[in-house]
Amino acid sequence: MSDAAVHTGAHGHAHHPALQHHFDTMQQQKEAGVLGMWLFLLTEILFFGGLFMAYTLYRIWYYDAFVAGSLELDLFWGTLNTAVLIGSSLTMALAVRAAQTSNRNLTMAMIIATMVLGTVFLGVKVIEYEHKFAVGLIPGPGFVWHGNEALGRNVQLFFSLYFTMTGLHALHMIIGLGIMTVILWMTWKGRFDAEYYAPVEMTGLYWHFVDIVWIYLFPLLYLVERHN
Amino acid sequence: MAGPLPRNGPFRFQQDTPLVMGHVASKSMYYGIFAALMVLTWITVAVAYVDLGAANKAVALGIATIKATLVVLFFMHVKESSRLTKVIVASGFFFLAILVALTMTDYASRGFLPMPPGLQ
Repeated sequence: MSDAAVHTGAHGHAHHPALQHHFDTMQQQKEAGVLGMWLFLLTEILFFGGLFMAYTLYRIWYYDAFVAGSLELDLFWGTLNTAVLIGSSLTMALAVRAAQTSNRNLTMAMIIATMVLGTVFLGVKVIEYEHKFAVGLIPGPGFVWHGNEALGRNVQLFFSLYFTMTGLHALHMIIGLGIMTVILWMTWKGRFDAEYYAPVEMTGLYWHFVDIVWIYLFPLLYLVERHN
Repeated sequence: MAGPLPRNGPFRFQQDTPLVMGHVASKSMYYGIFAALMVLTWITVAVAYVDLGAANKAVALGIATIKATLVVLFFMHVKESSRLTKVIVASGFFFLAILVALTMTDYASRGFLPMPPGLQ
């Protein structure tokens, strides 16, 4: 688009350089952006929703196998990752707040903190996946199951869903880290201020959504039946 | 955020008094929500080790829903957003409820009637 000076000359009045010509005010522009972002997130809710539906049904059908499969997951790593991801949501929310108050350095620091915590989460996921490859808990012909033999087949179903759901969740996080790299660069370039910080806000909405998916994945996968 | 937006009026951009876009929440609010989410995570893990029978599932999903609601309302600023945004957000969870409810009515009711003889 054109810069502020051109806009001032052509329109006869000054406005924020980030205001697109089809919006009246920055407020209206932000409102439209938030609405559009949420419409995207609705498609994401139903995208993960289908998987949650499949999980629910198979868990009802093969409950014993899902209990056995869930007990193979390490609750320590799952709980740690939940805490790490909630922490990253806090730093992301603070990054948006820093952008709202035109605090460029704090925005950058908080985005970097969010990226570090996101990377820690993915690192823990690598440790967990690596362990499952090592002990043969990978659905398919090479699946190794030492528990109740009758459950083995359906435990594979649990791990199919485990890898699909956590894998797609991890993919969303990797995409989020990519987006944050761009936002970090834009912040460093001084693109944002108290009136225009929509890209930071949108990144926050996306990141918090990914956090919510994990908030449900954690009890469903790790806490099927821990007592006994 | 609610209320009519000025149409076609000249929008004066004043450098010295920046317009605050939306509500800037206090830092302590964010720390408070973070603390609540951490406590709820601890509770959900602790409760999982207690045998509550069928209630274990309800508690786990209930706590997850409380956590998700806190994130949506406060971290995602839906509490301070326009009514239109709130309706859109609610519709997303409404459609998810349709997906789960209609699928479950199908699977839950399959054994109600015997299969017709020709299809057995």
